[in-house]
Parts: sequence; C-alpha cells; structure tokens
Amino acid sequence: MGAILQPLIETGRLWRGQGTALRHEALPTGFAALDRVLPGGGWPRAALSEILFPADGVGELRLLLPALAVLSRGAHPIVLVAPPYLPFPAAWIAGGVDLRCLQIVQAGEHDALWAAEQCLRSAACAAVLCWPRQADTATLRRLQLAAETGRTIGFMLRPSQVATQASMAAVRIGIETDPPCLRILKCRGGNPPTQAVTFSTLAA
Amino acid sequence: MQWACISFPRLALDDVLRQRSDGAVPLVLFEGVGSRARVCAANAAARHHGLRAGQSLTAARALHPRVNAIEHDAAAVERCHDFLAAWAYRYSSQVCRTFPQTLLLEVRASFRLFGGWPALQAELRNDLVALGFEHRIAAAPNPHAALVLAGARDGCAIEDEAHLMDALGTLPVECSGLDAACAESLQRMGLRRLRQLFALPRAELGKRIGIQAMLHLDRLRGAVVTALDFYRPPDTFDQRIELPFNTGSHESLLFPLRRLLRDFSAFLAGRDGGAQRFTLAFEHERGTPTEISIGLLAPERDPELLFAIVRARLDRARLRAPVCGLRLVADELPAFTPARRDLFDTRPQQAVTWEALRERLHARLGEHAAHGLALHPDHRPERAWRVQGIDPSRGTGLSRGTHLARARDTDGFVPLPPRPTWLLARPIPLREHVTRILAGPERIESGWWDGADMRRDYYVIETASHQRAWAFRPAGEDGPFMLQGWFA
Repeated sequence: MGAILQPLIETGRLWRGQGTALRHEALPTGFAALDRVLPGGGWPRAALSEILFPADGVGELRLLLPALAVLSRGAHPIVLVAPPYLPFPAAWIAGGVDLRCLQIVQAGEHDALWAAEQCLRSAACAAVLCWPRQADTATLRRLQLAAETGRTIGFMLRPSQVATQASMAAVRIGIETDPPCLRILKCRGGNPPTQAVTFSTLAA
Repeated sequence: MQWACISFPRLALDDVLRQRSDGAVPLVLFEGVGSRARVCAANAAARHHGLRAGQSLTAARALHPRVNAIEHDAAAVERCHDFLAAWAYRYSSQVCRTFPQTLLLEVRASFRLFGGWPALQAELRNDLVALGFEHRIAAAPNPHAALVLAGARDGCAIEDEAHLMDALGTLPVECSGLDAACAESLQRMGLRRLRQLFALPRAELGKRIGIQAMLHLDRLRGAVVTALDFYRPPDTFDQRIELPFNTGSHESLLFPLRRLLRDFSAFLAGRDGGAQRFTLAFEHERGTPTEISIGLLAPERDPELLFAIVRARLDRARLRAPVCGLRLVADELPAFTPARRDLFDTRPQQAVTWEALRERLHARLGEHAAHGLALHPDHRPERAWRVQGIDPSRGTGLSRGTHLARARDTDGFVPLPPRPTWLLARPIPLREHVTRILAGPERIESGWWDGADMRRDYYVIETASHQRAWAFRPAGEDGPFMLQGWFA
C-alpha cells in the first residue's frame, strides 16, 4: 500500500488532510538531495529547524548559507542571535548573502532566548538563527510557537549531545562527520528517511 | 440634538464598593466627625439590617455592631466622576459633567454608529453594569429635560418636542428640579404637576415663583438654550486604588488589579487610544513603592490582554513588603491602530517592523545590542570587517555598507582564497589535533604602516574530529598553529 501511495504523496497528487501546507510553505535548502527527502521540499517556513553538529567547523553554516542567500534578497533582515563567533563578511558575501540583511544581536545566555523569541514572534525577520546552549523543552516549545505565530524561519544550532532530548522543532538534522553526511532525525509531515544524505551530494 | 442623561444615584458608594471584593459585608459611608458623624450611604447588606442614610453613625453601629464604616471621600468621588466622563467620551464627543453625580451626552450624532438609541442605551447599561455603577438613563431633546426625566423615570426616551411636553407635564412638581422651597410653595398652591404650571400665564407665574424658577421651566421646555461646559479627556492616565487591607500575596492583588486595568481600558477606548508603556506602582506602608514598568510591542487596550501581561509580570516580580495601594500611571498614550489584516496579507497580526523590534531589543539588551556587519577592505582578518550601526539617514538600520565591497567583488579583482564563515575576533592556540593540511600556506603580510604589522602564513586545516579550521603560523616558522576561524 505504502509503495503505491508514496509516489502519489510525493508528487502532490494525493491530498492529505494533515500537513498539506508544508509543500507550499518550504524554502529550498539549496541542496537537491536534501530537498528530496524533506517533506516540504526544503526548510519549513513558519517553523523551527534544528541542526545538531558535533563540533565547530563541520559544515553547519554551509548547510544554511544557500537558504540564507535566498532570504537575504528579501526586505526583512536575517538575525543572528548571540552567534558563537563573528561572521566573516568575505565568506558570507562569497556564499551569496547580502550583508545589508544581516543583523547580529549580542545577548547573554538567558537574554538570547528572549531575543530569539521576540524576533521570531515579531514577523519582522526573514530568518532567526540562534545557538541555545541550555534550553529545556518548555523553551524550545516557546520558540517553536513564536516561529509559528510570527511565520518566521527559525534555525537552532545545537550540539549533537542533545539529540536524545525531545524537541518541538519541525525538522531536526544531525551532521555526522565520519563519513560526512546528514542524518534527518525528525521531519514533520513525513517519516525521516533511514538513509543519511551524504555530504558529497551536498557539495555538488 | 438628542441628549442622554446618565445619573449615578450611589456614585460615592459604588466607587467604594467596586474596589472591594467583599460586597456582601454591610458597609456604610459617613460624613462628619465624632458624635456628629452621619451615615450618607449604605450598601444593600447594610440596608437589610435597617441602616439608612441620615442616621448617626452611633445609631448605625448600635443597629449592626460589625458594620464597615468608611469616611466619605469627596475627592475620590470627583475622580470617579472624571473617570465616568472619560468612559462616556467614547460614545459622544459632547459630554458634560458639570452637574453632580450626572453625565449629559449628546447622542444623536452617535446613532448611526451605534445603531439607534435602544442599541446605544443597551451598550451604555452593559458597560455600567460591568464597571459596577448603579445608574439611571433617560433621553430627551434638551439636556435639562433629560436630567429631570432621568431622576423621575429611568429608561424614558423622548424623541421630539411634542412628546416632551406630555412627558414633562405628568411630572410631579417636586421631581422637576425646582428648588425645594419653590416646589413646596407650588404644592401648597395646589399645583401638583408641571402640566398645571405650563398652563398658567407666564407673567403671573413669574411673579410668584421668581426668575430662576421661570428660567428653569423654560430650559426644560427647550425655550431657552444654555451653553454647557464640555468635558475634555486628559492626556494621561493616573489612577490609584487603596486596598482595604495590607497584603503580601499576589493572589489577593489580582482583583483590584483587574479593576484598575478595566478602568484603564475603558479610558483608552474612550479616547480611541492604546497604551504601549505604563507603570504599575505597588505602594507599601513605608518606603518607596515597588514599580513595574510594562512595555508592549504595540499599543493595546484589551483589558484581558493587559491583565494577562501584568499578571505574568507580577508573578515574576518580588514585592518586598505588604502592599497597601495600587497605582497605574500612563504618560504616553499613542494612537491605537486596531489589529487589521489584509485579505491577502500573509504577515501575522502582531507583526511589527524591524525598527520597532530593534527598539525593543535595545531597550532590554543595551544600546548597541543589535547591529549589522560590513566588509572593510583590508587583508588582515581582524580588520576586514566593521560593525555597522544604525544609519540615521536611511533609518532602516540595514545600511548600504557593502555596495562598495560587492562592486569590487565582481569587477575583476583577483578572488581571494576561501575564507571561513566564522572568525575568531582574537586568535587562540589551536588545541585540536591536526590530521591534514588542506590548503596553504597563504601569506598575509600587511599593516607595517599603521602599527599593527602582521606577517602570517594561513592554512586550511582538517582536525581529528573532521573540523575545518583556518589557522596560521608566524611567517616562515614551524611552530604551533593559531586558530583564526572555522569553515562552518
């Protein structure tokens, strides 16, 4: 049964009561292999996406840059709430991001979550990136609700250790380094694929 | 013109009662001191025990020893009257509060908006019940007639002059607003109803009752029009509730708080404004009050929303001593723009602009918390960027710092080797174990002219945990790496 229905669902010919909005409300990730496996065909708009990475410098921003580059052509700013390092303008411009759209909010640990929630809820931002270190389920839920009410894309970059923690995010993607690949831990509106998306396809 | 009169027969008592949650306890208001203290108003529970206005306080205490006696506060009644005028202002732009315990409003101009007098009257009564005021309402073509009719016949509505004469004619002389001595002398003359007075020849009647009374009769009939002083709403809101007891618990503050916010909301609706910033002060027996300042994303006036916000803030606040009074102050009251959505607008209701959001972030996180970045033409990584503040000329905050950079980027300059997306503001020794060198060395040598001389060889490095780092060594040396950035 699943084998018959799945192609119909994927091509959008079969209408499902749940999660139908997803297909329209997604932002292509810029990586064809990843877009194919995500239910909406990209990062869900108006929701939180979580990226889990084991250490700095394993491609966590490379994964986001194409989407951010698309968003930076719009009128609304992309807000980085308390980034761990300084974005190097040369690399971001090389990635296609218009720096005029980039805004950095400096905040402490606790205030950062507040700021992220405000930005998500306000609907004034194209995307909000945050790096919560200590976030409990209630906080994640607040952020997810804020993203929904503000209809803003939220990216949450967190260490791999929290993969076991329950999360309200619509999409959870874990970056693995050996071999380099992306494992989709959760995607609302579909079952996460069992196979990891390899990095080689991402690079292409 | 059609005038509505709302009279508040128990204004002083209602003002006291609505600040308390214990409405069933017998309560009287008294005036005067010592043995000359007299009851001037009694609530339903007190009346049930036989307490009446006009009794001496001693007699009242004898009838019911546990009666709650409160001194009549004329200033508080005035404030309450002001508040009601502010409330009425939302139904009419011509509100007169010169007569005691009474409001007069011109309502004909508001009929189209509210759907006629019956609908408007129902709305007025609903509001007053919710606010907790006993009231009598009447409508007539002139304000003085409305005033007299409200006292005599609650709910009476006269549309035109002809009906007005009939309605006034049936009024007893003692209810006609003539002063007591005049009314009594007319009674003695056998003139019981106004109809009889109107039938008398003017000159003779005038001789008997005097010019003031004649003027009053003419005003009732609408023959003489006098100008009224209209109410102008104040530009600030400042209201205070004194609690009947000192309390340290948040729960017991909620009732007076809700009352205060409902009044605030009524005031805001009256001037078609909203509040974005207001201060709640919790007053203590001694010492300065605990103040909670509340700022909102957009001007709001919904009482439930305001209450929910204040309640959330109150739960987090710590009151250092029992509270004896509450005060709400709002100085800036911006115009209220109702939440409105375009049919095809996909932005949600509570949407604010980036400027408003940035204001909000700055308010909490500090003046320079939110900023942009710009490329700076320099090879030294530490100097290759600039913090981009708010550009006042454009006011958008998204300034044009990168125009130059982008133009150069595309105008045939030699592209730089890859740069990391993350930059460490200050390089640190690379702790991770280096497995491979992916690229480099790239010599960056610059700055001998400005004192920040730099000679470094940069490498792209892969660490044992597959991180890609951008690290350097002093030019030409073989020492340990210094970490400058991450290819994230």
